[in-house]
Amino acid sequence: MAKTLYDKLFDSHVVTEENGTALIYIDRHLVHEVTSPQAFEGLRLAGRKLWRINSVLAVPDHNVPTTDRSTGVAGIADPISRLQVQTLDENCTDFGVTEFKMNDVRQGIVHVIGPEQGATLPGMTVVCGDSHTSTHGAFGALAHGIGTSEVEHVMATQCLVQKKSKAMLVTVEGALQKGVTAKDIALAIIGKIGTAGGTGYAIEFSGAAIRNLSMEGRMTLCNMAIEAGARAGMVAVDDTTINYIKDRPFAPKAEQWGAAVAYWSTLHSDAGAVFDAVVTLQAEDIQPQVTWGTSPEMVVGVDGKVPSLDLAKNEVQRGDWERAYAYMGLTPNTPINQISIDKVFIGSCTNSRIEDLRAAAEVAKGRHIAPNVKLALVVPGSGLVKAQAEQEGLDKIFIEAGFEWREPGCSMCLAMNADRLEPGERCASTSNRNFEGRQGQGGRTHLVSPEMAAAAAVAGHFVDVRSL
Amino acid sequence: MQAFTQLKGLVAPLDRANVDTDAIIPKQFLKSIKRSGFGPNAFDEWRYLDQGEPGMDNSKRPLNPDFVLNQSRYQGASVLLARENFGCGSSREHAPWALEDYGFKVVIAPSFADIFFNNCFKNGMLPIVLAAKAVDALFNQVVANEGYKLDVNLNAQTVTTPAGDVYPFEVDAFRKHCLLNGLDDIGLTMQQQDKIKAFEQKHQQSQPWLFL
Ligand code: SF4
Repeated sequence: MAKTLYDKLFDSHVVTEENGTALIYIDRHLVHEVTSPQAFEGLRLAGRKLWRINSVLAVPDHNVPTTDRSTGVAGIADPISRLQVQTLDENCTDFGVTEFKMNDVRQGIVHVIGPEQGATLPGMTVVCGDSHTSTHGAFGALAHGIGTSEVEHVMATQCLVQKKSKAMLVTVEGALQKGVTAKDIALAIIGKIGTAGGTGYAIEFSGAAIRNLSMEGRMTLCNMAIEAGARAGMVAVDDTTINYIKDRPFAPKAEQWGAAVAYWSTLHSDAGAVFDAVVTLQAEDIQPQVTWGTSPEMVVGVDGKVPSLDLAKNEVQRGDWERAYAYMGLTPNTPINQISIDKVFIGSCTNSRIEDLRAAAEVAKGRHIAPNVKLALVVPGSGLVKAQAEQEGLDKIFIEAGFEWREPGCSMCLAMNADRLEPGERCASTSNRNFEGRQGQGGRTHLVSPEMAAAAAVAGHFVDVRSL
Repeated sequence: MQAFTQLKGLVAPLDRANVDTDAIIPKQFLKSIKRSGFGPNAFDEWRYLDQGEPGMDNSKRPLNPDFVLNQSRYQGASVLLARENFGCGSSREHAPWALEDYGFKVVIAPSFADIFFNNCFKNGMLPIVLAAKAVDALFNQVVANEGYKLDVNLNAQTVTTPAGDVYPFEVDAFRKHCLLNGLDDIGLTMQQQDKIKAFEQKHQQSQPWLFL
């Protein structure tokens, strides 16, 4: 029978199955400092060991400062943050887990470093105590976020108790316009199906526009699958995938490479495979997207307006929109390109890879941030992304344009470290969540692509990057 | 998870209904990176006279002399006797964590909030429902007799008083099995370890690069 990619990935990891509940084997377990301490503690109290130590890769990312790190972990100002990072270090030492510590050049956001190291491979099951684990599905892997109890469960048993999801196919045909990115595809999909549209599904992204995305772009897209309600997003393996992986530190070595590639090449949905739902978009129709509200589905094209209430589908949506207008300090029918901003954040596991920084730098080059922009941050996704960018001179471009060039981490994506919005401040952000308070209490987040964030920084308000 | 089979333990009476999980462990302590160590902050607002914050040296804080668990005769108690709807409120698993860390292994009450009840079993604790009349009788005896201990036998499903009165209790067969054998979700999955190992071996043969 013709199988979907999701079927292939799921079925090939079933250890046992009873009444629709399966025990699935986990190949890669990524760990960060926020959701792991109780899991390690649980193992310790029960006298348990890790089932397979070399399946685990750990990194501190949520709490790390993005400013000077010369004083190491001891220099983290907030004591609760410091303790979480120290605890991860200690747990990894005690349990023998490979960890890229804060001052290791390979340190970075967990969803950036996994693929960068080749620790995320096609055909794998990948888990992490973090919802944006869906990112790794870009490699034709089955990847999703889990809770702390499950983190402990996977550590101890290498397995996860799972029910199979339904399968959704999202196809984007055609070619993207210049200045339109994977981020815009992701936001356009969420705008179309809603933040609960993918609930209960694993989404496979396909079509010419997806095939033409780089791995960075595919990661951005799968990263946002969770914002559409799907725990997992995925893209079939092709030459782009395989070329990206080759020669990365954790990738298969020469003697296994041929066999690996042969297997990976089977990781696509068979012709005639049946999906439970199908959604289709045309790439040419997608404009650069800007969210206006407090949910990623509250999104319009840059040439659009904050929608008026009579466009709301129903009473519930009317209520949501009214609360969003108030929180965001916006009135209906305001043109998006008249919304001015206070801060800019280029970073997060959605958009902090080298390609993202190149794209933003291209816009910033020879320009300067507008006087009303108080702070424009560029936070690379990893130490290696940072090094690469510096080698290409991107840091200089950003600094000359008035941006701050920082150390890698989650930073102002969730404001667990010192980088945050003050109440009422408005931010053009390349991150993935515009929830109330996400970037700091009272902060107002507009989600955009890296190019659009850079364009907003130089204009002082949202502007169509294609018009610059 | 610790197995629970039998326990003869000192009883502490907490004569209140609707003890909620906020009272059992106030929210400011949920920032902790640990699943253990909540014991000193169990019932924090009742137990101490000052306002508790994470990181305080609890041994230096002023105890509330009116709070029953602070009485010297109840130190070292492992059975908590309580009233209706014990553990209501939020779903925080920190509540059973706190009670367990404090030293309680058994909670006896006429009724429990559902989520708390479930969470207890996941953490090696036995919540026992006895009829309100029986609980009344136990309260009277605990208060009247210093050093009062109850003998709790999970296998036999009985609570036995020092005088030899026996109170039978109900427990779900599957939960009883898990608790007697110290099986949590992880423990249950571990019962499949042969299958996991067999799968792993096959998996390694077909995709050796996953095991570098
Ligand atoms: S960058 Fe943001 S979304 Fe990504 S892992 Fe960090 S906090 Fe989560």
